[in-house]
Amino acid sequence: MAVTTYIQAINQALSEELERDPLTFVMGEDVVLSAFGATKGLIDKFGPKRVRNTPIAEAGFVGAAVGAAMAGTRPICEVEFASFFYCAFDQVCNQAAKLRYMSGGQARMPITFRCVYGAMGGAAAQHSETVYAQFLSVAGLKLVVPSNPSDMKGLLKSAIRDDNPVIVFEHGALGGHREEIPAGEHLVPLGKAAVKRVGEHVTVVAIGAMVPRAMKVADRLAKENISVEVVDPRTLIPLDEDTILSSVEKTNRAVVFDEGHLRGGAATDIAALIGEKGFDFLDGPVRRVTTLDVPIPFSPPLEKAALANEARLEAAIRELVGR
Amino acid sequence: MDLGKDLLLDMYRSMTRIRLFETKVRDLATANEIPGFVHVSIGEEASATGVCAALRKTDRITSTHRGHSHLIAKGGRLDRMMAELFGKRTGYCKGKGGSMHIVDFSLGILGANGIVGAGLPIATGSALAAIIAGTDDVTACFFGDGASNEGTFHESLNLAAVWKLPVVFVCENNGFGEFTPMQTVTSVKDIAVRAKAYDIPGHIVDGNDVLEVYRYASEAVARARAGEGPTLLECKTYRWEGHVVGEQAFLGAASYRTEQEVNEWKARCPLIRFDKFAVESGKISVADLQRIKQETEAELEAAIKFARESPLPDASEVTDDVFT
Repeated sequence: MAVTTYIQAINQALSEELERDPLTFVMGEDVVLSAFGATKGLIDKFGPKRVRNTPIAEAGFVGAAVGAAMAGTRPICEVEFASFFYCAFDQVCNQAAKLRYMSGGQARMPITFRCVYGAMGGAAAQHSETVYAQFLSVAGLKLVVPSNPSDMKGLLKSAIRDDNPVIVFEHGALGGHREEIPAGEHLVPLGKAAVKRVGEHVTVVAIGAMVPRAMKVADRLAKENISVEVVDPRTLIPLDEDTILSSVEKTNRAVVFDEGHLRGGAATDIAALIGEKGFDFLDGPVRRVTTLDVPIPFSPPLEKAALANEARLEAAIRELVGR
Repeated sequence: MDLGKDLLLDMYRSMTRIRLFETKVRDLATANEIPGFVHVSIGEEASATGVCAALRKTDRITSTHRGHSHLIAKGGRLDRMMAELFGKRTGYCKGKGGSMHIVDFSLGILGANGIVGAGLPIATGSALAAIIAGTDDVTACFFGDGASNEGTFHESLNLAAVWKLPVVFVCENNGFGEFTPMQTVTSVKDIAVRAKAYDIPGHIVDGNDVLEVYRYASEAVARARAGEGPTLLECKTYRWEGHVVGEQAFLGAASYRTEQEVNEWKARCPLIRFDKFAVESGKISVADLQRIKQETEAELEAAIKFARESPLPDASEVTDDVFT
């Protein structure tokens, strides 16, 4: 076991998978020098044929990843910030997501998209958004939201080996998080949630960077004998419904904690799942703690007011358990 | 350039298959036997045929919403195409794609596409895949004059140029984007000049002369295969039929072109021009042409019978093929 950061975990996963399969390659914005460090050094190991800086032209290079996948290779395509996907919506939503189905199963689409999402402090609305909800209702994409270095490595490796288009969302504020990760081949399957903390009184389904925050809240409340179970879905598509529902069956209360927006968001989607399939388990309404439905503001007090946070999670839990 | 008899016969067969298929499809769509939006390529047979004649089987193409011609020219089967248009389970895409989305990976056909300009980056990526995989396959990318105003056109030409990718960009300029005359929405008279902006060769080609298309395409394909990068070809041609079969329902009494203009282009029919050349060259007899036409008519009749008699998909298939 070695201590590794979230960013180093990405780098390890990429390096191992590039080593493993000569048809994989990395393309994207500044992947040679690597703005955040995730692809740092890959150029030295794998050369310019397989580590390619693209022009800042998302529709063009994301579309090229689609074509490269259809033609038998396995692109790992980095869109620096998740919001830049808006410039390539057709290529992701109309092409990557749909062409397998529309071709009657002929097309294979082994693309891994990587992007940084979420608020990291003063980056304002176009560089801070949590955008996975925008892809939830486009059938044909898998969505991965790792919350820690170990999952990042194992999920990213699984994504690269998947024959379908997968978007891996890397939270910008988690980059320096460190933990020990398993040595050797480490794969985490897509579609399997993790129960990060076992509890009795309330289930918190936390997504991405909200997982470590939910753990902190759970630690605090444990001192008052409020026992919180924290479930990390790890992938939004496929979604491990069983683990979420089993947890709610046990605790009878649920809060979904997400940095995305409320309307049409991932928290809303999961809350609806619990309401529909877990109604008989519930002792109270499913609560959603999300970012307010405003573009993420720039100025620190405004940003803080907008974002989903620990205080609001704690308040929601207290309300549900009546303490 | 050696234009042997077999090559000429292949080109004639390709153009005949396109013309007869498209004419029949127009009639079947008008009769509501084919559902949805159907765009036919009557009058544009030479560009598809001349380009695909310059390709190998393992080379790849991307196509457009008006894509039947490209698929046929690359070797697509009329029966499975027709079955797809009918929405049948035996169609190329099991009835999940329809007219604008036919794909045959075994023939290097990465697909028609319903989004204007979508094929350009896909073709660029297909060409990149050849570099990554270490093959010398070339990708030809068909698109229209309308797509040359899409951002994907410019992003793709830049990317293909800077990475010297083995791709040939083939603009079929038929003069209209839907019902809008090209010159009213396009900053240049000739799309080919846009190649200059990306420092790649650009050529204006008589898109109704299959032999001229073949010559330019062969040169561009050879250049791509040799690692010298992309070329932009602009095939000037014309759409005899409307943008979409049944467009009168949208347009009412309005029209966007004159009968005289349509007739002038019909006088430049690619098939009639080819017939004349072929017979005058002495390489092909009138009997050869008649035989191919008859064979194609029989192939088409069989394709329609196949489509009509094939089963519709079962509702239980609706969730198949989303993921592998």
